[in-house]
Amino acid sequence: MRVLLPLLFLLSAPAMADSRMEAAPLANVQLKDPAQERQAKALMETIRCLVCQGQSIADSDAEMAGDMRSMIRERIEKGEQPEAIRKWLITRYGDWVTYEPPLSSTTLFLWSLPALLLMAGGALALGRIRRKR
Amino acid sequence: MIAEIGLGLLWLAAGLAVVQAFLGMAGLRQPDRPDLGGAVRPVAVAQAVLVVAAFCCLIYLFIVSDMSVKLVAANSHSDKPMLYKVSGAWGNHEGSMLLWVTVLAMAGAGIAVAERRVRRDTLIATLMAQGLLALGFYAFLLLSSNPFERLNRAPQDGQGLNPLLQDPGLAFHPPTLYFGYVGMSVAFSFAVGALVTRDVGPAFARAMRPWVLGAWIMLTLGITAGSYWAYYELGWGGWWFWDPVENASLMPWLAATALLHSVTVLATRDSLRAWTVMLSVVAFSMSMVGTFLVRSGVLTSVHAFAVDPQRGSFLLALMLLYIGGALALFGLRIGTVREGALFEPVSREAALVLNNLFLTVILGVVLIGTLYPIVAQGFGQQVSIGPPYFNPAAGSVALLLVIAMVAGPLMRWRSDGMKAVLRRMAAPVILGVVALVGIKVLAPDIGTLPWLGLAVAILAAAGSIAPLWKRNLARTPLFTWGMVIAHLGVAVALAGMAVDSAFYKERLVAVDEGDTTDVGPFSVRLVSVEPIIGPNWTALEGRVEARRGDGAPFLLTPQARNYSAPPTDTSEAAISTRLDGQLYVVLGKQGQDGRWQLRLWWKPLVTFIWLGGAMIAIGGALSLVGRLWRERRSPRGGASA
Amino acid sequence: MRKVFLWLPLAVFGLLLGVMGHGILNPEQTTIPSKLVGTKVPAFNLPAAVPSHPGLTNADLATGKPVLLNFFASWCLPCIAEAPVLEELKREGVVIHAIAIRDKPEDVARFLAEHGDPYARIGSDVSSRVQISFGSSGVPESFVIDGKGVIRHQHIGDIQPQDMPKILKALKDAQ
Repeated sequence: MRVLLPLLFLLSAPAMADSRMEAAPLANVQLKDPAQERQAKALMETIRCLVCQGQSIADSDAEMAGDMRSMIRERIEKGEQPEAIRKWLITRYGDWVTYEPPLSSTTLFLWSLPALLLMAGGALALGRIRRKR
Repeated sequence: MIAEIGLGLLWLAAGLAVVQAFLGMAGLRQPDRPDLGGAVRPVAVAQAVLVVAAFCCLIYLFIVSDMSVKLVAANSHSDKPMLYKVSGAWGNHEGSMLLWVTVLAMAGAGIAVAERRVRRDTLIATLMAQGLLALGFYAFLLLSSNPFERLNRAPQDGQGLNPLLQDPGLAFHPPTLYFGYVGMSVAFSFAVGALVTRDVGPAFARAMRPWVLGAWIMLTLGITAGSYWAYYELGWGGWWFWDPVENASLMPWLAATALLHSVTVLATRDSLRAWTVMLSVVAFSMSMVGTFLVRSGVLTSVHAFAVDPQRGSFLLALMLLYIGGALALFGLRIGTVREGALFEPVSREAALVLNNLFLTVILGVVLIGTLYPIVAQGFGQQVSIGPPYFNPAAGSVALLLVIAMVAGPLMRWRSDGMKAVLRRMAAPVILGVVALVGIKVLAPDIGTLPWLGLAVAILAAAGSIAPLWKRNLARTPLFTWGMVIAHLGVAVALAGMAVDSAFYKERLVAVDEGDTTDVGPFSVRLVSVEPIIGPNWTALEGRVEARRGDGAPFLLTPQARNYSAPPTDTSEAAISTRLDGQLYVVLGKQGQDGRWQLRLWWKPLVTFIWLGGAMIAIGGALSLVGRLWRERRSPRGGASA
Repeated sequence: MRKVFLWLPLAVFGLLLGVMGHGILNPEQTTIPSKLVGTKVPAFNLPAAVPSHPGLTNADLATGKPVLLNFFASWCLPCIAEAPVLEELKREGVVIHAIAIRDKPEDVARFLAEHGDPYARIGSDVSSRVQISFGSSGVPESFVIDGKGVIRHQHIGDIQPQDMPKILKALKDAQ
């Protein structure tokens, strides 16, 4: 798919040395309730890892991603809504932290892009159709 | 000495590229001097021979681990297994750019030797464009990325190759993608040649088609292999992340797929002239945008590779020159090219136009979505565009595309009746609707996209083989078989994506040696964890026994590896392929209580994704062979496609 | 009209080239500043990271005097480089509190013994929870907090000698 040379170079940089601590309690352990775990997992897949930047925290080996996973699982377990947690993170890290661009005046263009392109292209193609007499 | 010879050969090849371009121009200016244009062919061949020799020099330097060469010292190590020494030659920026021009020159030689279909002046113009194109890449190599640069003092040993790159994937994945990218450059050269001589017609389309098809096969294989590589190497079971570098390889593929179909319309019906020329330029520019995104470090990516903004600027300049030049030529010339035929609203060409429309829309969505963070940053906003955007935005159009893909082959060229088309589509559509309802009944929790995806996959699987219905299979031409297999491959891949996304099972646990856990239909026991030693790494290897129900147990051995040069930890997933999916096991860290982290996934039908990719490529290959075969027997043929 | 269409692709390409050129000059930023600058520090209550220093709560950050809050860890190499600069800041009279990320008491104690101890209080944040609630994305990172407990400035990465005036000015502005 790419010149997909997976260099986790940020991870191996010295500044990102690992601590000697174990992973946070729920970093790599699922919630008991499968419905809650599904909610947590869906949220984690859309939160961008701050250390290894090109991945979601669900796919990252970075310790901070593990800490964030653990935090998300704990808060979901306590009954918090995933969107509330996303909002909480956005207040701290800005829109950057979510892979799901929130609907705003700037992203409205992005979300309407498929429809816009379909209409423009469709109009162009219609011009080439032979009309029935 | 070998390095100096390699560099000398490269300079000579660059010189020949200049000669090739000038001879081409002179030949076009003076049609009364056939010797000028005639000399272009042997020059193109000689250029290819020289650059292939230069590339062999580089491989030799890596094989003998000549550490006085900067590139070898920076990317190789004498302990490395031979396969990775050789593949290390192109596992870096300079080497991969040398591979790029090598393939480019080989393609030029191929055209010079074999192409007999287009007009003589169009061929000369095409080779001239090839020479100019190669020249830019030689300049890039010689001025800013010399692979043969020596070090003043040779180090004791090299710095080694990043462990994640020490994988058979590296030997295979980048070269295939390069063949694809470069194949698009041939289509580009043909388009420029045809614009120069105003020779845009079926003959030009037929000459271009095998190159587009070949490049498209390579891109398909490259993307499929890259996806599988990321899947087993990154260790979290994902196979597509909508990462900028992944998108960079998807965009040329989308353009090439559109071009492949529009070139067929042009070859068969002499329609879509300007559009086909446009797409050839777009397809190659997407290859260059892809290279740019990967090399320039403009966007952050997991797969960032040999990042250097200066090289990015050089690539940008090349793009300005070539793509800008070609589009300016398009603006000037296309108005003077006779317009192609119009088409009926219900006809195969109309379906192919629809296919082109959907592909182009997906391309636009992926391109703009990928570049959007740069634009937003210009306005002081930091945003991330990821799967939650691309999946619905590109995925929904892709589903429409697959439905159009089913309709196309079931329609006649020129003109068809709406009723007849609906009758032919009836069986697949009914099957699709039944699947749509059935899936929702059986799995009410399924997400919208996997649900629609699976139903459309079933519709497409039935629809893809429908063109063979009531046909004499023995007399069905090879390229029709190719189309059927490729389209079926799309359905298979789509089914794999939908089923894996909807029904995968995950288990993340901490276990003691001897403990048993379960994932999906399997029970899994961590038997033991043992240290082992590899050629240039040490590892902890988990011995994991899995069994399904009362079936026979089988062993998986995930590893947590530690490489010494450069010092890096990696985890090697263990994957067991079953008929209906894969069991994916990763060994994590040991906790203070002595328990081991295990990450387990049962991924049903996930193999279909890459099986489908392979089928698409095989279908393309059959189609390529079938076309070439037919054209050899009847040089003017292909009209009955 | 048709003429315009013919030059449209070149125009679109020019736009694309412009975006990519802009990208080269301004590559995607990899530092993510906290959006909490200008707001009150989040509530937290951390136990002591080492027996020699008391722990840290948000109340300790609103005592009427501006303070520097430093996120660090014993396993973080740039933190070693930063240590002498923090000592220098302390000599200038700056009160420095710290939060140790993912650290064990014995490791923190060893770090302080080897690289100096400019800290008044050190809280222990074993699962980066407080760090995340500050919108901080790594270690080392420092926040200037005014006497009312409002975050006034964030410094990402290690504070180098040439950053000292900037930090001192931020502290002064927070008076």
